[in-house]
Amino acid sequence: MSAALVEVQDLAKTFDVSAPWLNRVVERKPRQFVHAVDGVSFRIERGKTLALVGESGCGKSTVARLLVGLYGPTRGTVRFDGQDTRTTLNSDAARTLHRRMQMIFQDPYASLNPRWKVLDIVGEPLREHGMASGSDELKAKVADLLLSVGLAAADVEKFPHQFSGGQRQRISIARALATQPEFLVCDEPTSALDVSVQAQVLNIMKDLQRERGLTYLFISHNLAVVRHVADEVGVMYLGRLVEVSPKTELFARPRHPYTRMLLDAIPDIHMSGRARTPVQGEVPNPLKPPSGCAFHPRCPHANARCSTERPALKTFAGIQVACHAVEEGRIG
Amino acid sequence: MTAPLLEVKNLRVEFPTRRGNLLAIDDISFEIAPGEILGVVGESGAGKSLTGAAIIGLLEPPGRIAAGQVLLEGKRIDNLPYEQMRAIRGRQIGAIFQDPLTSLNPLYTVGRQLIETIRTHLPVNESDARARAIKLLQETGIPAAEARIDMYPHQFSGGMRQRVVIALALAAEPKLIVADEPTTALDVSIQAQIISLLKRLCKEHGAAVMLVTHDMGVIAETCDRVAVMYAGRIVEVGPVAAVIHQPQHPYTIGLMGSIPVMDEDRERLLQIDGSMPRLNSIPAGCAFNPRCPQAFDRCRVERPNLLPAGATHAACWLHDTATRKAA
Repeated sequence: MSAALVEVQDLAKTFDVSAPWLNRVVERKPRQFVHAVDGVSFRIERGKTLALVGESGCGKSTVARLLVGLYGPTRGTVRFDGQDTRTTLNSDAARTLHRRMQMIFQDPYASLNPRWKVLDIVGEPLREHGMASGSDELKAKVADLLLSVGLAAADVEKFPHQFSGGQRQRISIARALATQPEFLVCDEPTSALDVSVQAQVLNIMKDLQRERGLTYLFISHNLAVVRHVADEVGVMYLGRLVEVSPKTELFARPRHPYTRMLLDAIPDIHMSGRARTPVQGEVPNPLKPPSGCAFHPRCPHANARCSTERPALKTFAGIQVACHAVEEGRIG
Repeated sequence: MTAPLLEVKNLRVEFPTRRGNLLAIDDISFEIAPGEILGVVGESGAGKSLTGAAIIGLLEPPGRIAAGQVLLEGKRIDNLPYEQMRAIRGRQIGAIFQDPLTSLNPLYTVGRQLIETIRTHLPVNESDARARAIKLLQETGIPAAEARIDMYPHQFSGGMRQRVVIALALAAEPKLIVADEPTTALDVSIQAQIISLLKRLCKEHGAAVMLVTHDMGVIAETCDRVAVMYAGRIVEVGPVAAVIHQPQHPYTIGLMGSIPVMDEDRERLLQIDGSMPRLNSIPAGCAFNPRCPQAFDRCRVERPNLLPAGATHAACWLHDTATRKAA
């Protein structure tokens, strides 16, 4: 097994969502916590793409933010190229680490400063990390970056509002690439875009990965997009990974009942008459997650054990699944 | 052939601005038969939601219908006074919008909103209306409807709210439902539930649907026919299977190729370079010509209308007989 660039061990993040102090005292409300991410472990090999999928509120974006250090973990470790990121981020080496991993956000309208020119937006990381000396070199480097994402060198003088959504997302990608990172965390990079523009952005991301040997963590709720970009897929439900497997395996033979349900729920564009089981129920309130396996109230294969004992992520023939029914061989 | 339920003839919607009129919908015509589900698909800014808004008479000023007619069962409804249109809206045309939270009043219970709608349009008393409201909520799959009817919208989850909105749209048994992106704000598992619900209920109630969405998958699952819109015009219209499997317009071909699909592996997605033109700079001739891989001289000067093409109709000069002979 080749060395993993990113290794996440038992990562957890808890948010305090209690009522304000006065209400707690006067109305005797208890403190409340949301376990947004609850013990997630995975590894991403260099040059590969791991995709995390799940419905809203499953904690996939929180994982992305934990990885780049926008949130501090409540528990667990993130190792990047062998170093623990938590200790590194508190040391002098933090800048080097920031340079090596970058993030692309979902909304290209919110993630670019509307009062900055593209030159400043894409040039900021270069200036910040001392990677360009003098304004001429900066401008040349920014122009190169814009060219690599399919924009024109003359665009450096424009403001974000002069671009369409897809072009803005390319600016975000150019900014993320500015420091020549090895690892990119992409949080729903195409969900705000139209399909034809989404195709442009996905193609660029794949081309860049091939040219520069980038490693991606790709967060999405769209399984068809994930199928297109990922090497390995992790399916999340209520803060936990329920299945991690290679892409082809996951789509050909989903193991976990939740993965099967997600695959069944996708509208079938080619109307191939694929048998679909109707989906039941909704994602439970993360404030009061169900006991045992969080999926058991919606699961057609749940039994008494599922409602009391939480299944751990276990490996079966190279595929990691957290499900009692799969472990006991009740479902194949 | 039965008479169409809804007929849209040469509809134009424009927005007067200081720098001249912006033509958001440019001369579109289509019809919906009773009980039929017509999908309207396109990317943001194609004018699909505006078409829906124009039909139900809810265009936001300064937008206005500049030309054309909207006929419901043969009667013009686009020029009715506000109060008459209000009576039609809800009674004969129901509407479902993208965000269930904005279609429900947060200050009233779900039951009150349903009962109000029912009593506005149907001659029933309070208790009958309430019984009907409960029945509607049950039909839309809301568990414990008797108890939940007295709850407020914030006490419902997103999927449940959208069920309430569907119940509201169906409350007065309208003949046509205009659904504008009804599942876009929902997760996939909920989306599947809502779509099958919408499909089943419309069949049971015999209502025709105009389903506006950007999601081809939703169209494929739900619709009988589909109209593809680009820059304010319908570029292709035809039976769903034909449009999806043998699209004829270069834009539809590109659109279908750019959608990542589950059942096949492609190294690269087909991409349409560029993006949809802004309303103030729609190119002459066919609006798609700057992005079209097959554009030729005629496309740059003359605007194509819908022509028979394969099993569909496409607004493209490639399907003109004169062009074909020359080629």
